[in-house]
Amino acid sequence: MSETLGANLTQVPAIDGWFTTGDKPALIGNKCTTCGTVFFPKAANYCRNPDCDGAEFTDAELSRHGRVWSFTDAQYQPPPPYITRTDPYQPFALAAVELEAEQMVILGQIADGFGVADLAVGQQVELVVEPLFSDDEHEYLVYRWRPVTNGGQVGKSEVESA
Amino acid sequence: MSHVVVAGVGMHPWGKWGRNFVEYGVAAARAAIADAGIGWRDVQFVSGADTMRNGYPGYVSGATFAQALGWTGARVASSYAACASGATAMEVARAEILAGRCEVAMVVGADTTPKGFLAPNAGDRPDDPDWLRFRLLGATNPTYFGLYARRRMALYGATERDFALVRSKNAKHGLNNPNARYRKDFSVEDVLGSAMVADPLRLLEICATSDGGAAVILTSAEWAKRRGITKPVQVRAISTVTPSFPQTVIEMPNFSTDSGVAVPDAVTPFKSAIAAAAYQESGIGPEDLSLAEVYDLSSALELDWYEDIALCKAGEAEKLLHDGDTTIGGRIPVNPSGGLACFGEAVPAQALAQVCEVVWQLRGQATGRQVEGATSGITANQGLFGHGSSVLLST
Ligand SMILES: [Zn+2]
Repeated sequence: MSETLGANLTQVPAIDGWFTTGDKPALIGNKCTTCGTVFFPKAANYCRNPDCDGAEFTDAELSRHGRVWSFTDAQYQPPPPYITRTDPYQPFALAAVELEAEQMVILGQIADGFGVADLAVGQQVELVVEPLFSDDEHEYLVYRWRPVTNGGQVGKSEVESA
Repeated sequence: MSHVVVAGVGMHPWGKWGRNFVEYGVAAARAAIADAGIGWRDVQFVSGADTMRNGYPGYVSGATFAQALGWTGARVASSYAACASGATAMEVARAEILAGRCEVAMVVGADTTPKGFLAPNAGDRPDDPDWLRFRLLGATNPTYFGLYARRRMALYGATERDFALVRSKNAKHGLNNPNARYRKDFSVEDVLGSAMVADPLRLLEICATSDGGAAVILTSAEWAKRRGITKPVQVRAISTVTPSFPQTVIEMPNFSTDSGVAVPDAVTPFKSAIAAAAYQESGIGPEDLSLAEVYDLSSALELDWYEDIALCKAGEAEKLLHDGDTTIGGRIPVNPSGGLACFGEAVPAQALAQVCEVVWQLRGQATGRQVEGATSGITANQGLFGHGSSVLLST
């Protein structure tokens, strides 16, 4: 990660309440206490299942591993409000990832250092938290998906099924 | 049963003209009024397609166009349904006619768009997913098109050449369309030689944003008959269905799909449901169609549409393309206008532009791109926020 940038800056989430940080970060969704439907980002006040009028939700950390539903990249700098961390702009990849337990697909950027050449539909990825952009005081963190490569350094500590 | 017909259609050519959207809408409206052989004062109801979000410079409404054309006391309505706005506005107008509240209605949409990616309006809105997807993910519209394209490659073995061939086909279709913005022939190699934007999609394969305007005059069949409008194109169905929960395909501008934990997947996926509703209402099936205008926001997305509107089974779109079925002269030409590839997207006008093209085709007036003997055609589109539309027209 960007050590030079991060050295004197306080790290804070780019958005509050969407993910945990630390060694094993996880997305924070929530679950309808009436029907069990999971939401990310969190639902509030009403359940979107048409057959459920549930209004109460409990926070739920989502699976940290999933499989790539599909992937792409951003070869051109996205417009504001995206804030780019590098000058010149460096392309990044994104993936939509299927979480088996939650039966949902979640879109995220791919971790620094990986591109579309490292990705395939069906491949396992794990959730990480990395710097997205920074200002004079803070380095803002976001969740990302990191490819799990068998036998490599990346993610070997934590492949649930391997 | 009483029904609604198209008495006139008109467009302002697509381009990057840099003028106020109202000008394009007025030009399209006047063209449609002239095409119908009526006068502005004959129009009793004006149904406007709005542009509301994603950085557009204005807020369009039926009243904006009614004022520009000169107040006549006509009733107005305004509809916003992202890319489907034009069709939704058309449905509102049709309902007014079917309810017997008016006999002549005008539907109009126009837009002026900024250069480059569609982006949210300025100002921090951390509770708006359309703002957040740019801030947190840098996820532009082409991001989603890229995901669908890569998915198609994984599921069905589609290739970058297949996608490029779609673009090349549409380039040839649009060459002679006077309303198209891009009228240039592109070979598969030209397409594959353009810059990668959102892997596996390249610059020439991703729809641009354009200025443009389109208008449609709808009347009751009885009114058209009284006015001596012979054999007008008939509106057989308008579909404005929404998805069914759980929506398990990721859609712009969302971060996630619905979870399928509590409810089984919908029997009919959203994009299939859009056309299915039009087939059901009209009694016309995909096998009866002469042509289709589908929303090719990307080259690859056009192939998905072949399957979504049931021109073929899942995984067979590439074969349909390579067999020439979807080229003018083939069994079921798709996007004879040249599609979004040749137009670029002028959001509130685009669903109406699709209708204009089908009307010209059914009248035999699509010079240089005519589908011979066309008797019925369908439009299909999908935009942000769960909006989709399909209009089915016949001679
Ligand atoms: Zn519920």
